[in-house]
Amino acid sequence: MAATDSFADLNSLPKYYGFFSFFWTILPAIIVFCIWSLASDIWISNSITDYFPAEIIDQGQAKIGLYMNSVEIASKGVFIDNVEPLVLSKYLSMQYYSGLIRNSITILASLLGFFIVWKNIEPSLRARNKVESIIMSFMFLASFISIMTTLGIVLSLLFETIRFFGDVSPIEFFFGTTWSPQIALREGQVASEGSFGAVPVFAGTFMITIIAMVVATPIGLMSAVYLAEYSSPKVRSIVKPALEILAGIPTVVYGFFAALTVAPFIRGVGEGFGLSIASESAIAAGSVMGIMLIPFISSLSDDVMKAVPESLREGSYGLGATKHETIVSVIFPAALPGIIGSILLATSRAIGETMIVVMAAGLAAKLTANPFDSVTTVTVQIVTLLIGDHEFDSSKTMAAFALGLTLFSITLMLNVIALRVVNKYREKYD
Amino acid sequence: MINSDKFHKSRMRKEKFFQFYGIIAILMALSFLIILAYTIGSKGLPGFFQTYINASFDISQEYVDPENTGDEEVIKKGRYRKVFKEGVINIFPEAADNRATYRQASKIFSKGVSYQLRNMVLENNDLIGTKINIEVLASSEIDQLHKGNIDRNLPENLRPVSDWQLKSYDQLIQQGLIKTKFNVNFFTKGDSRNPEEAGILGALVGSALTLLITLVLSFPLGVATAIYLEEFAPKNKLTDIIEININNLAAVPSIVFGLLGLAVILNIFGIPRSIPLAGGLVLTLMTLPTVIISSRASLRSVPPSIREAALGIGASKQQAVFHHVVPSAAPGMFTGTIIGMAQALGETAPLLMMGRVAFIVEVPQSIMDPATVLPAQVYLWADSPERGFEEKTSAAIMTLVVFLIVMNSLAVYCRKKLEKKW
Repeated sequence: MAATDSFADLNSLPKYYGFFSFFWTILPAIIVFCIWSLASDIWISNSITDYFPAEIIDQGQAKIGLYMNSVEIASKGVFIDNVEPLVLSKYLSMQYYSGLIRNSITILASLLGFFIVWKNIEPSLRARNKVESIIMSFMFLASFISIMTTLGIVLSLLFETIRFFGDVSPIEFFFGTTWSPQIALREGQVASEGSFGAVPVFAGTFMITIIAMVVATPIGLMSAVYLAEYSSPKVRSIVKPALEILAGIPTVVYGFFAALTVAPFIRGVGEGFGLSIASESAIAAGSVMGIMLIPFISSLSDDVMKAVPESLREGSYGLGATKHETIVSVIFPAALPGIIGSILLATSRAIGETMIVVMAAGLAAKLTANPFDSVTTVTVQIVTLLIGDHEFDSSKTMAAFALGLTLFSITLMLNVIALRVVNKYREKYD
Repeated sequence: MINSDKFHKSRMRKEKFFQFYGIIAILMALSFLIILAYTIGSKGLPGFFQTYINASFDISQEYVDPENTGDEEVIKKGRYRKVFKEGVINIFPEAADNRATYRQASKIFSKGVSYQLRNMVLENNDLIGTKINIEVLASSEIDQLHKGNIDRNLPENLRPVSDWQLKSYDQLIQQGLIKTKFNVNFFTKGDSRNPEEAGILGALVGSALTLLITLVLSFPLGVATAIYLEEFAPKNKLTDIIEININNLAAVPSIVFGLLGLAVILNIFGIPRSIPLAGGLVLTLMTLPTVIISSRASLRSVPPSIREAALGIGASKQQAVFHHVVPSAAPGMFTGTIIGMAQALGETAPLLMMGRVAFIVEVPQSIMDPATVLPAQVYLWADSPERGFEEKTSAAIMTLVVFLIVMNSLAVYCRKKLEKKW
């Protein structure tokens, strides 16, 4: 048998010819399948409206959309009485034929791909290079998903926010001091004045964030100092992961803890001092959030303090400084950018944290500086505005997106600054 | 000299205090952890147990299948409430002709008892016409009373059980009819409005299906991205943008991903709310940065000599990477993926917006069935006013935490045991 000879003639290893044929048979079919599925869905929902009852068409786009929804649900075998049998049967037959065509052209595309391979495949074909370029393009596309995600976030937030600012002026939103979005706007009413002033919401977020940072920063920082400078490696190897557990606990657990244990406890303590503390006080939500943030600060600060070159420490000891003096006047200044970075990252976490505040902070927007009062936050408002709401064009839902965009911009800014500060610092000592 | 001695002392004191503050800080952080664990644990443990009452019910032919047809449809429609009522009156004879007393008596038992009777008869037709002695669920109020969560000394209108119920409960205790058993229903049933019947199976399966989607999508995509960026990407502006972008995505608040899911996955793609597919897609986008960043780190830790050796004996760039670098880096990639999955398992906020927080009794069968997830179930129960749900919430949290611990231990194991030391 001339197997060895024919192997020698091959440009690539045999398996690459196999992969090459595999990709050519399967990829065209997948692409055709996806394109047809998308296109036919759009085409069907456009052409089915021709059969809709006239009174639905007359009532405008929103009604047509609703009717379309019921047709879709009815097509899955659920009985809905307002869907006309004629429309339903047309819809079903369109779907049936579309499916039939889709299946046949998918098979056809696959056969065509196979035919092309069959015609072109020969020992001198550079199969490995072709297969590798297919794999390469897959990897390139995969790396694009993150860009698409960011783009999707920015565009969807921006789009809804611009629509929102068509109803409510940005000045009103950013500087207004009354937030009561749940009051339904009447038909044709210009945005009721003062309803969408987000200042109390921002103020509440700010207050809870401050409380959280007041709890987290000293504890986190001092833990980091102890772990980096004082503790033995053994203690450090136990305590550091133990602290990091705090960051791994699901936030819904913290929310439950804040709402059912910490809030009543703080309330009880307050009553002992004759203070009246709201059951959804900012201080309960904020302090629990602070506990969650401790490891964010301690871990990163610990790393940057560890990264301060030993020579700096030894120089300071050589001059007769104590450990405390070394830490305060040498290590801190050297590690400051990293420490600030860790605090900024934790702040951005605190601003974006949702479950703790949803469960333990209030719903009503109040402009107050009293940490024992109940306040609301941006994330709480987003959740309450969007839960269970199906309509997508009310100012209410759009307001949630405007809040979301604000949240996204602020946290992004904090992250960019923090990452930059930390990286600059790393470069200095690497 | 005295001055300098004083100075020395104060410096030493400062030193001591500083170290002391450090220890205090760590102790505080750790004690928060312990308090948290203790609170959840002590509240949640009773949630794994449930109070049962031993009662006998007369499955009379007359109520269940009067014409003795043996037809399943007829038996399904039998009057099991009557069977239940007679059973209750059998235990509390004084409830026989007083409606108010009967109402109180029936509330000692779970609302689900008549359904339980029906299911038993449907399963075994031979029970018709016999008297059965079974353990049935006590109502949530009696359960709480039995667990000592209700103060007997409160005035009647302030406590969930009436004086009569209290007396009857004591009578049941005396007769030895009340038992506490491990709450199997908690792991085998879906959600319920009645705390004593509520279980987490639906949420567990929902979480598993959602995580399955997340894993299937985020692992190949994340690893492919990491390999591309670390091994193949040309050093240009586009690559820089992708890298910065991934780092920033990792820090975007999770609720923003929820908004993205709502606007794009639900509204533009038209995927129905509440199903694991929609939630899984959002969690994939959230988990991708974690998977990419840790996979890149583990690829970077593979020494260049491996690549060069492979290239040197004639492997192509891709062969060198896929045959040698990726297998060496695989443990690190698995570790990163498991940690990403653990994060996804605990994530609630984005799913809140995608309709995954819903009252769903049925256990989902596929990724297209409406389903809640474990943390969403915790949120839902935490919001319920019934006292009985408090321990169920803690018990659900304990289950969630057990899964997280298992996943994280797996990640640590992967890192410790499988990772090569170069």
